[in-house]
Parts: sequence; structure tokens; C-alpha cells
Amino acid sequence: MHWLVEPGLWSNAAVRTGVGVGAVVAIVSAMVGLFTVIRGQSFAGHALADVALSGGAGSNALGFSPLAGFVVGALVGAGAMEAVGVERVRQRDVATGVVLGAATGLSALFLYLITLNSSSTGSTQLILFGSLFSVSAPTFLVVLALSVLVCLALAVIGRPLLFASLSSDAAAARGVSVTRLALCYTLLMAVTVGLSAIVIGAVLSTALLIGPPAAALRLGRRMSMTLVVAATFGVAAVLVGVVVSYDSYYWWPSHRALPVSFCVVALVVAEFVVASLVRRLTTRKSSA
Amino acid sequence: MFSSFMTNAWIVGTVVALLAGATGFFVVMRGSSFAAHAIPNGAFAGAAGATLVGVTPLAGLVTFAVVAGIGIGASRGRRSDVATAMALVMMLALGAAFLSLSAAYEPQVDALLFGEILGVGTSSITPVVILSLGCALALAVMYRPLLFSAAAPDLAAARGLNPTVLEMGFMLTLAIGSALTVPVVGALLTFSLTVGPPAAARLLVRRPFQALVLSMVLAVGTLWVSVAASYQTNLPVGFFVGVLSAVVYVVARVATLLHRSRA
Amino acid sequence: MSENAVIVDVQGVDVELAGQRVLTNVNFHIDAGEFTGLIGSNGAGKTTLLRMMLGLISPSRGEVSWPGDARDLRRVGYVPQKVVLDVDVPLRVRDFVALGDDGHRYGLHRRTRQTWERVEEMLDAVEASELGERRIGALSGGELQRVLLAHALVSRPELLLLDEPLANLDPGATSDIVQLLARVRDRQHVAILLSAHEINSLLGVMDRVIYIANAHVASGPTDDVVRPDVLSQLYGHHVDVIRVHGRVLVITGDVSTGPVAEHPDLVVE
Repeated sequence: MHWLVEPGLWSNAAVRTGVGVGAVVAIVSAMVGLFTVIRGQSFAGHALADVALSGGAGSNALGFSPLAGFVVGALVGAGAMEAVGVERVRQRDVATGVVLGAATGLSALFLYLITLNSSSTGSTQLILFGSLFSVSAPTFLVVLALSVLVCLALAVIGRPLLFASLSSDAAAARGVSVTRLALCYTLLMAVTVGLSAIVIGAVLSTALLIGPPAAALRLGRRMSMTLVVAATFGVAAVLVGVVVSYDSYYWWPSHRALPVSFCVVALVVAEFVVASLVRRLTTRKSSA
Repeated sequence: MFSSFMTNAWIVGTVVALLAGATGFFVVMRGSSFAAHAIPNGAFAGAAGATLVGVTPLAGLVTFAVVAGIGIGASRGRRSDVATAMALVMMLALGAAFLSLSAAYEPQVDALLFGEILGVGTSSITPVVILSLGCALALAVMYRPLLFSAAAPDLAAARGLNPTVLEMGFMLTLAIGSALTVPVVGALLTFSLTVGPPAAARLLVRRPFQALVLSMVLAVGTLWVSVAASYQTNLPVGFFVGVLSAVVYVVARVATLLHRSRA
Repeated sequence: MSENAVIVDVQGVDVELAGQRVLTNVNFHIDAGEFTGLIGSNGAGKTTLLRMMLGLISPSRGEVSWPGDARDLRRVGYVPQKVVLDVDVPLRVRDFVALGDDGHRYGLHRRTRQTWERVEEMLDAVEASELGERRIGALSGGELQRVLLAHALVSRPELLLLDEPLANLDPGATSDIVQLLARVRDRQHVAILLSAHEINSLLGVMDRVIYIANAHVASGPTDDVVRPDVLSQLYGHHVDVIRVHGRVLVITGDVSTGPVAEHPDLVVE
């Protein structure tokens, strides 16, 4: 194994916690993200991440836990977006954009205040781009508990949500409360984004939310299968990303490791690109 | 506030705000907010990469923004939101990697992300003005087709407008315009200037050309107030741009609601 | 332009979409100033045929020829079945109609007074002059349809293609639009090709019919096409054509055993 993984990786407690958190968050993100992709809400998902960012930066500036800030920020953002809630796609696009812009402005302010008040460097980048290895063991437990709750909630609303995502009129006709369902879902998405902001940073949490499900959707046909594939892709990206990042410390004489978040995101994007290529090749073969 | 070292900021700021207002008008018409958000982030990675290899940041900004623009333009039509999201996170992650490899100072990073009025050097005025004029000319040439295909894409295609060519042309213009705006208002907030003022303008007037002009006026106003406020308070420009853009939109929305309910 | 000049000639055209044959061996032509109905049930391929004529889909076999000048899209006006417009689009109705004239042109052009006069003339022709200052996104379905018609007419086309303009209209509105189209045809000297799934509302104004069923097409003067022998051949099984009180009922399938109300032309009164 030594030629593949530099020695000493798994003996580090911070690494073990980090990998655990990463895997849990990857699974939840894949589950929730599958619906995000099906519903065409990637932009909203990403906007929530940026709103979560201002929450995280704000709570950091005030001296609270960043996790609380991420989650609360995203929940407030979800509420605001659903309150503006416009039916037509392009108006929703603009409303999402305006909420997103305002939230980013606030992030700029908070991050500026943090850099003013703290002597430690790198806190901006930590909040923006995250670091698995800075997660403490108690935070891990909170992340785990919230993840279980999100999965349970998703299991309860999953079927009507899928129905409403595919045809909201038909679902409404069958008595599904489409708007309430959309609100519930946006809130779940907000919690998920807040959790993954801890792992790969607020602005990159979109990668875990959208990438693995989008890749899985290009390969799978059945919903249950796609869920499993998406979760596997997510976990794989996190695990391999950690190993690559750790190894990369020895790649350059300068001993500057690649950030974990970069490795995870690059792997997610690679999965997506490969899945798209596979899909294109197989469909061409079957149609020929 | 109007001392000599601020002159560059006022000139470049005004030029990029006018351009952002004009491109933004079409961004909002065409529903390309997500792309308008993703492209400046691609530009951010470019600036970080330029610092790493030691070339001028503007070159990195423009190159990466154009690559992001072409990628998004090419995926238009089939699930472009997923492709845009993927392009966005990849570029941001690259930016983060470049930064950590080059060991940039935190203030430099913050300036790129959130804007820095004093970050505009005299040497960049000429390229910024020339590229902006180029973008403005491109928008003027594509004005009617962009308007037509934004309002009714099917009809425009039926009249022989090639949607791919038009989308590519627009994305390239948007990319160059965004790359120029990033050093002033920051990668994360260039987008606010491109969406807030135009979204407000379209609510307030009915005629397309008036909406375009109003959008440019609102964008310049937002930027001027932000630069002045940033100078007075020392807080980042991006904060004021982001919040003011949203305020402008909300005020316009409330005004139209009141007006419509009275009518 | 002589009265019987051929505007478009469709010869031996097949169209395939995603490997599926949608239209087979389509032959028809449209003369200047003619009113042609394109009749077929939902999913028969009417929209595909119109899009093929616009050059948005290319035929897998055969050709569409436009005698006279080289084919120029300015000669064809198109009114699609559905146009979704954003409520807040900053376009007045007259701005939108003007885009029908110059929306496809790149470059810097000032609109001339003549363009604006023609816009007003066309709004007048579709009896929608009072809508000129309204926001395009704030129109009702019926108003939007008139505006789309003006939009298609403003470039002075020789042929107007209308995709299901009568769908979702009540009988009174249907007759209003058909009469309006007949007046537009006469005054603007434009040929009209209109697709519909129901033939009766067009009987009074139609010069010629193109009937689509089973991916095949029959065309000609109405009385030559809407006959049991022609339609039976088209459907591939026996079809009855009954004329009652000036209306035409087309009954497909064997009435005694098959589903009677299979075809939308069947009106049970």
C-alpha cells in the first residue's frame, strides 16, 4: 500500500474524523442532490451555498460555531427564496440571483471583519473553501445527527416529491400540496448545503450536491439504483480526494499540499465528465 | 476621495459599471443569471493562476472567463444548469488550489474575491477601456437579434437566427465584460452588478432601449455610491455593491407592486 | 406576381425524427393568396411539417422548393402554437411587432418612420391597434394571438404559417379568428397555411386541404380530399365521411365494433 498511500495517513485522528464526516456528508448530499438535479434547481442549490457562506462568516465574526452559522444562514436563505417564490423560471432566476448577490455582499463584510480582528491567516479561505481536517469530534456527532434527520425526512417526502418534480400539475391534481412540498425540500437542501460547507467549504458544496447525482443520472435508469450510484460516487470522491491531497504533500519539493477541497471537486467533476462520455458513447451505439 | 490615486478607480469603475449594466440587461432578458454568476468565478481562478505563473492578472482573468463562457455557451440547451454548476465549482476549486500553491497573501485573495478600489493600476486603464469598447460594439451589433431571441426563441429561430452562434457571441461578451469587472468589485460580486440594476430597470420601464439605458445608469450609480462608501468606511467595495444592487431591485419591485395595486 | 404563382412546392418529402418516420412521401404546393387547411389529429405531424417548411428540420428525402427568388425567410411569416413570454420583459406590443421586421438583423439600424407605420398598419389589420403601448407579457391568450399575427405579417410575407391557432378557443372566438384571417388574406394578399385538428370551422374559407394521417398526406381542393375513398386509403382502413347540415363528420374505424369516438373530427350531436 505504501506506494499508493503515503505512510501515516490513517493513524491521524483528525484525518479519521475528517473522512468520516466527508463520507456522511457525501451520502446526504447525493440523496438530496438527486432531487435538485431532477428539479433543475442547481442554481438555487448553489445560491443557498453562498447564503450559507454569509451565515458561516457572520457566526465566525461573532465568535459562534461556523456549522451553526452555515446551517442557520442557509435556512434563512431558503425561506427568503421561497418567500419571493415566483412561478416563472426566468423570474425565479432573477430573484435567486438578487438574494445570492445580497448574501455575498454580507459575506464580504463579515470576512473583512474577521481578517481585521484575527491575527490568524487563512480564515477567509477556510470558510470559503473548507477543510475536512479541521472538523472536531463533537461537530462530527452533530453532523451525523443532522444527516440522519435529513435522510429520514427525505424518505418521508421522497415519493410525492418525485411525482411533483416530474409533473407538478398532475401531482397537484392528486392532492399533493406542491408549494408546501417545495418549501420542505428547499429547507432540506439548505441543511445539506450547510453541512457540506463544513467539509469542502461553502462555495464548493455545490460540487457534492450536484456532481455525483448528475453523473449517476447519466448512467442509471432506476431511481433506487441511481441513489446508490450517486452516494457511491460522492463517497469515492471524498475518500480518494483525501488520499490524493495527503500524498500531494510529497509531490513538490516545496511541500505545498493540494487543498483537499480542490481534490474532491476535481474528482467529482471527473466523475461527471466520464459519466457524460459513457452515456454519449452508449447511446450512439444503441441508436446506430 | 477625488485625489489622484483614486482617479483610476473612478475611471475604470465607471467604464465597467456601464458595461455591466448593458450586458446585464441581456443577462436578465435571456435568463442567464447562473452563467453570469459562474463566469466571474472562473475569472477568479484565472487571476490566481496568473499570480502563480507570474503573468499579469488581467490576462489570466480574461483567458479563464472566456474558457468558462465558451464551455457554458456550448452546453446551452441540454441541462445547462448542471453543466454551469460543474464549470463553476471546478473553476473555484482550481482558484483555491492556485492560491494555496502560490502562497498569496490573504489581502490579495480578499481583493480578488471581494473587490478593491485601489487595486486598479494606471497600466490597466487602456486595456480595460479598449476591451470595454469592443464589448459595447459587439452588444450594439447583436442588439436586435439578442432581444428577439430572448423574447421568443422559437420565432427567432424560425426567422433564421442561429441560436448557438448568438449564445456564443453573447457568452464571450459577458465573459470579457466580467473579467474586467472582477478586479474592481471582486469575483463573487461582479454578478450582483450584472443582475440587480438590470432586473430593477426592466420592472420600471416598458421600452427595451429605455430599460437598457436605465440599467446602465443604475449600475453606474450603484458603483459610484459603493466606491464612495468604501472609501469613507474602509469596508470592501463588494459589500456595498452586493447590498445596494439588491436594495435597488427590492425598491423597484415594491414600487411596481404599489403602482399596480393602485392602478 | 400572377394570381396562380406557386409559392412553395413540397415534393416527395420524408421526415424522420430520432430515427422514427414521421412523414412519408409528402406532396403538395401552395399558390399565391390561397387559404390552405392542414388537418390531422394530435401528434399526426402537423407541427413537424410546418417546421420542416421553415427549414428548422431537414427532410430525409425529397425537397421543398420556393420558386421565384432564392428562398428567403422574409417571404414566410410564422405563428407558433405557443409562445411563452416573461411577464416583466421590457417590450411594448409595438416593439415586439417591429422585431418581426428586423429582429434577425445584426448591426446598428435605426428604425425608419416607414417601419413604425407598417407596425401600426399591421396592428390595425389584426384589429389590435389599442394594444400597441401594452407590455407584451401582460396580454391575454387571445390578444397575444392577434399580436403574433401582426408580428408575422409585418415583414410582408407571401405565405403565413399558423400552427393550431384555433386550439383552446371557444366556438365564437374560433369563428372570429377564422373570419379575421380571411380578411387578412384578402387585404394583405398573403397565402395562409393553417394547421388544425378540426375541419369544420375552416370549411367556408378554405381553398385547399392537406390531410395528414398515418404519416401520409392527401392534398387538393376540399371536396376532392374529404371523401371516403381518399381518406380510407390514407388511414389504411375504412373511413366514413358524413355531411350533415353543412358540417363534415369523419368517422374512422368500424362503427359497429371499433371505438366510435376515435377521431376528433367525430362530432356527436
